[in-house]
This record gives sequence, C-alpha cells and structure tokens, in this order.
Amino acid sequence: MSRIESKGQRFVALCMLGTLLFNYPVLALFNVSRTILGVPVLYAYIFIAWLALIGLMALVTQSRD
Amino acid sequence: MLHGTVIILVSFGYLGLLFAIAYYADQRADAGRPVASPYIYSLSLAVYATAWTFYGSVGRAASDGIGFLPIYIGPTLMIALWWIVMRKILRISKANRITSLADFIASRYGKSALLGGLVTVIAIIGILPYISLQLKAISTSFTILVQYPEIIMPSEAGDAPIRQDTALWVALILAAFTIAFGTRHLDAAEHHPGLVAAIALESLVKLLAFLAVGLFVTFGIYDGFGDLTARAAAEPKLREMMAPLGGVAGGYSGWVWLTILSMLAIMFLPRQFQVAVIENVDERHLNKAIWLFPLYMLAINVFVLPIAFGGLLRFPDGSVDADTFVLTLPMAEKQELLALLVFIGGLSAATGMVIVETIALSTMACNDLVMPVLLRLRRLRLNQRHDLTGLLIGIRRGAIVLILLLGYLYFKLAGEAYALVSIGLISFAAVAQFAPAILGGIFWKGGTRLGALAGLAAGFAVWTYALLLPALARSGWLPLSFLEQGPFGIELLKPQQLFGLAGMDQITHAMIWSMVANVGAYVGVSLWVSPSAAEHRQASLFVDVFRQSGETPGARFWRGTASVPDLYSLYARFLGSAAADSVFGEYARVRGLGWPDDRLIADAELVHHVEVQLAGVIGAASARIMVASVVKEEALTIDEVREILDEASQVVVYSHRLEQKSSELEAATAELRAANERLKELDQLKDDFVSTVTHELRTPLTSIRAFIEILLDDPEVEPEQRKEFLGIIAKEAERLTRLINQVLDLAKLESGKTEWIESRVDMKEVISDTLAAMGQVFKEKNIEVEAQLPEEATPVTADLDRMIQVMLNLVSNAVKFCDRTHGRIGIALAERDGCLRIDVRDNGQGVSAEEHEAIFSKFHQVGDTLTDKPHGTGLGLHISRRIVEHFGGRMWVESSLGRGACFSFTLPIGAGS
Repeated sequence: MSRIESKGQRFVALCMLGTLLFNYPVLALFNVSRTILGVPVLYAYIFIAWLALIGLMALVTQSRD
Repeated sequence: MLHGTVIILVSFGYLGLLFAIAYYADQRADAGRPVASPYIYSLSLAVYATAWTFYGSVGRAASDGIGFLPIYIGPTLMIALWWIVMRKILRISKANRITSLADFIASRYGKSALLGGLVTVIAIIGILPYISLQLKAISTSFTILVQYPEIIMPSEAGDAPIRQDTALWVALILAAFTIAFGTRHLDAAEHHPGLVAAIALESLVKLLAFLAVGLFVTFGIYDGFGDLTARAAAEPKLREMMAPLGGVAGGYSGWVWLTILSMLAIMFLPRQFQVAVIENVDERHLNKAIWLFPLYMLAINVFVLPIAFGGLLRFPDGSVDADTFVLTLPMAEKQELLALLVFIGGLSAATGMVIVETIALSTMACNDLVMPVLLRLRRLRLNQRHDLTGLLIGIRRGAIVLILLLGYLYFKLAGEAYALVSIGLISFAAVAQFAPAILGGIFWKGGTRLGALAGLAAGFAVWTYALLLPALARSGWLPLSFLEQGPFGIELLKPQQLFGLAGMDQITHAMIWSMVANVGAYVGVSLWVSPSAAEHRQASLFVDVFRQSGETPGARFWRGTASVPDLYSLYARFLGSAAADSVFGEYARVRGLGWPDDRLIADAELVHHVEVQLAGVIGAASARIMVASVVKEEALTIDEVREILDEASQVVVYSHRLEQKSSELEAATAELRAANERLKELDQLKDDFVSTVTHELRTPLTSIRAFIEILLDDPEVEPEQRKEFLGIIAKEAERLTRLINQVLDLAKLESGKTEWIESRVDMKEVISDTLAAMGQVFKEKNIEVEAQLPEEATPVTADLDRMIQVMLNLVSNAVKFCDRTHGRIGIALAERDGCLRIDVRDNGQGVSAEEHEAIFSKFHQVGDTLTDKPHGTGLGLHISRRIVEHFGGRMWVESSLGRGACFSFTLPIGAGS
C-alpha cells in the first residue's frame, strides 16, 4: 500500500518537474537564437529535457514491489 | 508514374491489409488467445497522432517554430499522472462496465440519461471539426499527389468542387470500413481486439513514414541538421523562428494554455478514452505505456522543424502550403516511392483517428442518446420485442454514417478558413469541457448531477460562442461584422474578445472563459443543490473505488422483488439467448448451482449483476431503465443510502483495525514462541549441567566414603595400608575441592559475573612462571621440556591470574597425557598477524579428529569414562577456552591418534575486551 502511494508521489513529482522544465521562466533561458552543434539551442534543450523526463518516468514504473 | 488509379489501388490494398489483420486478431481473441500486449496498447494510444500531427505540425512549425510542441509535451506531463488518474478511471470502468466517455459521466452522476445525452451531443459537435480535418488532409494529399510530378496547390487549381467530391468519397469509404471494423457483432465487453491491432499497425506505419521523410530531407536534400540550420539562419525570417517564444503565437501564455489543453485532450478525447480505457484488457499495460507512448510522441516530432525549414528554403515564395511540405518535398525531389509512402502514412494517421473516433461516438450516440429515448417511448413497445441486437447494431451503423457525413458537411462549411492545427484545437477545446465533470467526479464526492449538467452546458455554450461561431463567420456563413463589431454592435460581446479580454490568441481566450464558466457552474450548483440517493450511491462507488472490497459493492443499494425468468429474457433480448445462458450459467456456477436451477433466486446481487452486464452493451442509463421495467423496486431514500454507506465505511475501518491488531498479535506470538524455545533450551542445559555436576561430585565422594568406612569398620588395618588409604582420601578430597572451585568458576563465567582485572600482560613471563611452578612435577615424572620463546614479546591486554590459569591448565594436561616413559613437552610463543600465538605440544596418544571440538565442551573426558580412571574434572579446557575468547582470542587443538597433540591459542595484540 505504502509502496504504491510512494510510486504515485514520485509520478506527481515528475509531473511538477516537467511543468517547471517546459515553462516560463526556465524556457526563457533557452529562448535565444544561437545554435549548439548545429541545432538551435531551444530545440535541443526541449528534446533533451523531454527525453530525460521520459527516462525518469520509465525508471519510476520499474520501481515496484 | 503515379497515376490516380495506382494511388487508389495502393490505398485500398493497405486498408484491406489492415482489415485482414483486424480479422485475424478477432479470430484469435474468439479462440481465447488474444494478441494483447503492452506494446500493442502503447501503439494504439498513438492514435493521438492524426493527420494533424502528420501534416499539420510542419505547417505550424513553419509559422512559429516550436509552437507545435505543447500538443505533445502536455500529454507527457499528463501521463506522468496516469498512475494516479488513469488507474482509477480504469478500475471504475471495469467495475461498472463503462462503454464510453458519456457512459462514464452519466454513470457517475446517478446514471442520468439526460447528462449522458448532453455529453454525447457536445462530443459529436465538438469532434466534427476534427473529423473534417482528417477528410481535408486525405483529399488534399490525394489531389496533390495525383498532379505528380507537378506541384499544384488545390486552391490554385480551381478544382475545389472536385476535391470536395474526393472528401465525400473518402467519408463514405471510411464509413464502410468503420462499420466493418467496429460493428460486425455486438460484444458485451465492448472490446475490439482486431481494431486495436490494426490501429497499432497504423501507428507504426505513420511513424516510419514520417521518420523516412525527416531523414530524407535532413540528410538527403541537405547535409544534416547543422547544414540545414546554417542555411535557415541566413534568412532573417527563419532566424526569428529559432527563438520564437515571447513574440509570436501568444508567447508564453499561449504555450501554457496549449499545454493544459492537450493535457486534457489526451484524457478526454472520445477516441483516447476508447483506446486507453474501454479497449484496455490489463491494467498492468499502463506500466509500459507510461513511457513508451511519450517516447513515440518524441520520435514523431524530432524531424518536424527540419522539414519545416527545408520546405521554407525549397519553396521560398510561399506558393506551397506549409501543411503539405511533408508530401511536396519528396515530390519536388522526384522521389515517387517516398511520396507514396508519405501518402500512406498520412492515410494511416487520418483513418486511424476517424475509425476509432466514430466508433466511440457511435457507441455514445446509441447508448446514451438514441436508446434512452427509444426505451422511454412506450408506443414502440421495445420492452416486448424479443431480439434487440439487430436494432442496436443498426443504430450504431447509422450513427457512423451520419457522423462522417456531418464531418464532411463541416469541411464544406468551414474547412477552408483555417490551417489544420487551428481546426484541431477547436475540438480540443470542446472535449476539455469534460474535465471538471470527470476529474471532479472521481476525486470529489460532492459533485452532483445538476452541477455537472450546469458546468457542461455553460462551458459548451461559451465554446460555441467563442470558437465555433467565429469559425463559421470566417467561412462566410455569418456576417463578419459579428466578429468585428460584436453582435448588434455590442463591443463587450465580441466573440473573440469577450468582455474586453484582448491580446491573446483565440484558443487561450476561449479556454479561459469556458473554464471559468464550466468550473464555476459545476462547483457552484453542486454546492447549492443536494444530491439524490442514486447520485450519492454512485459518487461513493466512483470516488472510493480502491477501498471497495467484495465482488458487487453496488448490490448493497438495491431493494425490491424480481424473478429470474424476467431477468433472463431481458438479457436475452439484447444479446441473444446463447449469451444469456452463458452469463446466467456462470453466475449460478460460482454459487454452486446448475443452470437452469429453481434454487437460483433473483436477489439484489443477481439484479445488480444483470444490470452491470447489460450496461456493458447499452450503457448505464439505458440498462437502468430496462432493468427497472422488469423488476419491482423500492426506492431507497437518501438517508438509507447514507446509512448503508456509513455502515460500509465503518465496516471497512473496523476490518482495517482488526487486520492491524491481528498482525500485531501475530508478531507478539512469534516473539513469545521464540523466547519460550530459548527458555526450554536453557532449562534443558541447566538440567544436563546439574545432573553432570552431581555425577562428577559423586565419584570422588563415593571413593572417600568407601575408604573412610573401611577405616571405621576395621580398626585392625595395618598402619601402612591406613596411610595409603588416607592418601587416597586426601587426593580425592583435593579433586573434589578443585571440581567445586571450577564449577563455581564456570557458573560465574556463564552468568557474566566474573570480575576481570585487566592489565598489560607479558605472556613470555607467564610461560616462564608456569614452567617454574611445574618444575617439580616435570622432574618427578621425568619429562623433558623444551620452550621456544622470543627475546621479547609484545604485552597484551588480559587478566594476569587468568592467563596463568590457562597456561597451568594446558601444561598440566600435557603432563597428564604425554608419554609415560619418555615424556616430552614443547612450548612455543610467536607473534604473527597482529596476534600472539602460544602452542603447547605433547607426545602422548593424541586426540582423534572427532574429539577435536568435543574436548572443549563441559565435563568431557577423553577415553571411556566407565573403564578408565578419570584424569581431571573435564572443565579445565572449557574454562580456558572461554577465558581466551573473552580477550578476543581463539583456542583449538591439532592432533591425530598416536602422534601427540598440540593445543594452541591466540591473543590479539593491542586489543582488550
């Protein structure tokens, strides 16, 4: 019971983390017209952060029982 | 050469393949071997990515850079909450056999047919733009592809009527396929395993097609991301798009609202509800879908911006609609096959959406709109009809055709005014209106039927006014002055700047006002009007779904009389008598009865069972009406419902407490049992000890007494013999004393009451002292002693007297057991591995390997105690070992029979107890 609850809490934390990463003001920090390794900074940031978030979600689904 | 016929043939071939797969999966499921897996479930969720994603994202990206991304990031954030929200919805839906989104809402608020009908109407009207979007995408892509190798936009070709005919054909063909996929037969569980398998395949195809174009544009036409970005950066207009937030498209607030909107859409679009909830066969599939589906969305978006850049660079004059870049770029590069693959990918995206969406909507229309009305019309006498399965399937098929034709109508009325994404967003905003009623409904017991009705109606009204009417106005069906000056010239009521709220895009504007109206009305009315008994009951069943135990919690709330044949024939009317037999047979079997069986009684449980089974086919509201028509029921008052609920919750609390108590008791019992075992063991040890000690004490006592008696009885004993006897008595008495001393010593050691006097002890000195003390004995017995001692030994922390006791014990043992005639004893002291090691060696008969441990136990004597005369008390070695162990050392023996024995012990240097 408590395991399931703590799993739920981890997911809520991830949702909040995602909300922070993909919102003003963090997003504004990357809103510049420069490129990194040939890719626009904002574009690169969003995809890397997105992938990391999905990775964390996969990790949390594994953390059971 | 891409002739129209070729394209049509390939398209039909592809649809035929899908149908074959669906057919195969259905057959397997019927045979009891369904193809369900978490991967298929995850891929079927990707029905979210429609033609909007496939063609529209690039169009959106071409105008404002990353503005298309919130539509996919929002769902990712929402899915992080699925573990909490979706699991609950799944559990509720399975327990109540929910058949659609409308059914879910109607069931939650007291199985209200009115509410179900309203939800259905909102869903159908709200989704129409979305369906028209798919029709538009298919017909546009077809029209463009047919022109190959030339690239001509349909609007310029001046053949709009032809294209609209194409759209009509597409609508009709899709209707036929949907009917074939979704309504071949009526299923009580409302599962379509074949459909799900086909949708999963379509998701795969559209992803591969899109990635293929992305790779071709990025690495085929251009030289990778870097090259593409560098060329784009050279154009001022494209350069702006790389950091677009803050300026265009509503800036950050637009971004936030799009995120929220798509968070709600992923839950409440009828087709998402269908694949995620209704078609879900195993709750555990969520575990994989939670990360696989977001990963899918990420993958299908990686190449959107490169394709947009590529298209803008390739067609700089704006002659080509950005919504078509995915198709026109391969065409411009003369890649026939790739263009065809893209068309099939787009077809997958569009058909998947249309098929699932219309099936979901037709189920709603049938169960929550048409059936409740038909069942109430007494003139039709549906209650008396014997078989209603044909009617149900007929209604659904009619609804499918109607919905697609309405979609076509919307396309004709308003389809040309907006880009793909803007059309889709209007639908998103419509389904977002379901959020307060559903989310409120599963977490807040206070939400009521009237509250939900008011909220939905208010939200939908604002949506219609602020989004739907402007869309119609822009297409010329309403005067534009309605938009620009407001109705009747009232500025404050301008649909896109309601009450003067300006400075944002129309979706943000509409979402703000509709949510204010929706949530406000839902909460306000819910708090104002108290719920009925049925609502109270359903609220509790939904909100507390995880706390319910037992099979049919719903059965508690029913009171009345019914008959088994009535219920049977009711069920048979909807699903045929074969299905009815199997359902009733299963029900009877679980209760240990046969079927048919007179002993089966139509109690609350059976009535509830039939109602839930029926709800799986015709929806909760219709099932309620039907069951009520064949049974006589007493209405429960709200107080009675409350009482039952309170009772139930008290029982839950009690049983919870009992569980806790009993587990505590169990733990205590286990502890007690262990303690008892230990005590028994100790008691046994004590008994053994006492009996051994008394036995050992008796031996010397007996011999003392025997000799004293001889001396007493016979005064004539010769003086020499008398002296000998007295000598024996003295020796035995001495042994007795030693024994008692050692027993006392042992008792102290075992109880931990020994006083240890610790000091720095030089073991070399201890050995020398011991040898000196024993010097006389060695001489008497003619024993050769050899000591190997180092120059200097590191002192150890120990008790000096105890160490002497140990050494004396070992050396006197050696004396006792060494060779009778040529006795030799060796003593060695060495320092190794942070320990002092002392060896005492003799050349006696040795100790057999089995005895190596035994000689250290209490009262153990070497040899047969019955025949041999005992040599000691049997406690010396035991006590010595305990002393050595007390100071952190170890004692052992190395020996074999006939080769002498070597007793050794170690003491750690620099460490005490």
